[in-house]
Amino acid sequence: MGIINLRQMGVDQTGIITRVKANGELGRRLRDMGLIPGKEIKVQGKAPLYDPVSLRIMGFTLTLRNNEADYIEVEVQ
Amino acid sequence: MSTAIVLAGNPNSGKTTLFNELTGARQHVGNYPGVTVEKKQGTCVSDSGKFNIVDLPGTYSLTAYSLEEVVARDFLVNEKPSMIVNIVDASNLERNLYLSVQFMEMGIPVTIALNMMDVAKKRGIQINIEKLSKLLNVPIVPIIARSGEGKKELLQTIAANMNGKVEPLTISYGYDIDTALDEMEEIIRSSAFLTANYRARWTAIKYLENDSQVIESGKKDNIKVALQLEKIVEKVTSHLLATLDTHPEGIIADQRYGFINSVLKQNVISYFYDKNRMQLSDKIDKVVTNRFLGPIIMVAILMGLYKFTFTYSEIPVGWFESFFGWVGGVADNALPEGHLKSLVISGIIDGVGGVLGFVPLIMFMFLGIAFLEDSGYLARMAFMLDRVFRMFGLHGSSVMAFIVSGGIAGGCAVPGVMATRTLKSPKERLATLLTVPFMNCGAKLPVFALLVAAFFAENEATVMLLITMISWMGALLVAWALRSTIIKGESTPFVMELPPYRMPTFKGILIHTWERTWQYIKKAGTVILGVSIVLWAMMTFPGLPETKTQEFENQRSTITSGVPFQILDELEILEQGNLKVTRKLSAKALAVKESLNQVDFDEAHAGLKNSIAGRIGSSLEGITKFAGFDWRTNIALVGGFAAKEVVVSTLGTAYSIGEVVPEETASLSDRLKAAEGWGPLTAFSLIIFTIFYAPCFVTVVCIAKEAGSWKWAAFSVVFNTALAFGLSVIFYQVGSLILT
Ligand SMILES: Nc1nc2c(ncn2[C@@H]2O[C@H](COP(=O)(O)OP(=O)(O)O)[C@@H](O)[C@H]2O)c(=O)[nH]1
Repeated sequence: MGIINLRQMGVDQTGIITRVKANGELGRRLRDMGLIPGKEIKVQGKAPLYDPVSLRIMGFTLTLRNNEADYIEVEVQ
Repeated sequence: MSTAIVLAGNPNSGKTTLFNELTGARQHVGNYPGVTVEKKQGTCVSDSGKFNIVDLPGTYSLTAYSLEEVVARDFLVNEKPSMIVNIVDASNLERNLYLSVQFMEMGIPVTIALNMMDVAKKRGIQINIEKLSKLLNVPIVPIIARSGEGKKELLQTIAANMNGKVEPLTISYGYDIDTALDEMEEIIRSSAFLTANYRARWTAIKYLENDSQVIESGKKDNIKVALQLEKIVEKVTSHLLATLDTHPEGIIADQRYGFINSVLKQNVISYFYDKNRMQLSDKIDKVVTNRFLGPIIMVAILMGLYKFTFTYSEIPVGWFESFFGWVGGVADNALPEGHLKSLVISGIIDGVGGVLGFVPLIMFMFLGIAFLEDSGYLARMAFMLDRVFRMFGLHGSSVMAFIVSGGIAGGCAVPGVMATRTLKSPKERLATLLTVPFMNCGAKLPVFALLVAAFFAENEATVMLLITMISWMGALLVAWALRSTIIKGESTPFVMELPPYRMPTFKGILIHTWERTWQYIKKAGTVILGVSIVLWAMMTFPGLPETKTQEFENQRSTITSGVPFQILDELEILEQGNLKVTRKLSAKALAVKESLNQVDFDEAHAGLKNSIAGRIGSSLEGITKFAGFDWRTNIALVGGFAAKEVVVSTLGTAYSIGEVVPEETASLSDRLKAAEGWGPLTAFSLIIFTIFYAPCFVTVVCIAKEAGSWKWAAFSVVFNTALAFGLSVIFYQVGSLILT
């Protein structure tokens, strides 16, 4: 289907990270947690107010705010 | 011989569990020098030798991203431990190895304790440990920290590998970066740049990672070399930006993960099930963080915690009360009348006993919170509440600090302020630690309980709920105000792990609970003891002047002079405590007795008013009357600056001094109800003031320590008191207008 923003992914949708545009502290934090190009992620759920989201990556669960998800591009089927 | 080893690993990897398992009770908690990160140390005595173990803070990486990472790194660099025992979560291998790789790059001997083998097995993850060990070139021991399985082998392996020399791991970061690294390494080595502490290549990597801390110390060490290195970094960076559109640090992270991946791919790890298969934990999350059910469940859990705490702590609180009552009784009989007796009973036993009386309540609260924390639910609360907290400039993780401080009711701001350590951003942290004292800590509860019972007895639950809501609203609004004025700034990322739900272990929870309860007890034993004595002295001295005492004495003589001696005898017997003999005073005797009591009361009253505390209270009355507080309330509130517990006991003393009929001790709430100038309006005004005014002394000290400056501590005292006073005055004045 192409490349979309992580924010636009729906619950239970999976995809492969293609790009992480964040630098500095956020970028470092994202990378430390394994959010780097080539990794498969799955949107696990969203908080009651639709923000933050929880993701499954490398077998563990990670949370992320929508405005942080904006930095991540994902290729979805 | 004992040797120093460190325990390091990701958060939630089971580090604390292993540490407790290894050291048992032989551990103590301190701080890393200069910072507020907790440092746990302990010793482990085993067949393999005696080890001194330092528990490093849990981190995901060794960049200078958070305080914990800096601390962990500094410790490794400065203390040069003989071994890093790297605890790795086998059920989460890939991400955990990211940190291991960084340890190996430092060149310190590493032993991997591969933990959670049971969880990995359950999830159908199979790890070829031998192969992994060979590929990484480090010893690996499978363990289950929770049951202690593998502990012996781990210790043997540590002992066997301790003094071996290790080759630091060298990862290839791709042509551009490797070339730059080689060039930088050469320069660093030839000019002995920072080599006292760091390995040359490691320094080079940190430069490319744009690590502020290393770059800073580089500048201090040798500015010329530092600039040379920065130039190289700049060159690679612009090259990489032009060709690959990424920074070197991005590539370094990619390659580290790439290295891990290449290792794991060599048949090291295999999955029986899909890696991202729904775990039980995920199924729970589907319900527990559900849009509709989530908030309901959260409220239910909090209510449950509340019920649990108050229901089960009632009995032990009663024991404590009777115990202190008994001690007071013993002191009463053993000591002669006079200042010493008054000091021991009113000062020490009532003061300290009042605080220690809350220990069971606090302990049950912490027990419940420890359960929520260790089970993984607290992280879900942060997840669900982040959006709300963020609106006020806080962070989802602030929730923990608020709850520990008494967000649900009955916590303590001291551990609450300390709990802000988990917050990464200094700004959100500051806003949190300045507003958590507004929560209803265990020390304020008795004040509320007293006033509510006296003046709002019909609607106790509703009023308590209202109080909780007021304190939350106040805290959030103040946080918002602070974050949009004096501590403005970006919010920290909410990139956080949601650990799988786990059944907490009994031992883990007990240790957790005890650590926090102990902080509270220490406070009672030290600060509050001192404060009680000072307050007692302030309420006792200076006594009435000679002439005044004489005046009251004269009044007594006047009353007794005209009375027949049989009646005086009757009173004499009463005095000696032989109530049974007298059974009932004759009407005449009773009248005499009452007049005498009135004199006693007047004298005590005059004495209190003349005391230092009384004078302070009276002089403040001029302003506090706008909020409805008289001089006696002022004494109690001044005492509350030291510790909120003191408010109730001081009110008690101030309103009980010179009880008219001591045998019929009316409860304090009855006395307040009867007291002049008291009504629901005054009571609620006092409640508002108590919610918001200056944090207790210990909390202030904590704020100074955690915020890193006394400026913020002073701010919280002045600002909170001004806010509290303003709100109380508004409430009282508006309320008075409406009521009249
Ligand atoms: N099933 C299982 N649970 C474990 C094991 N080790 C630790 N835990 C649990 O994992 C949770 C986190 O452990 P903790 O020691 O607090 O992690 P830390 O954050 O690394 O200090 C706790 O609930 C432990 O009881 C293990 O080997 N197996």
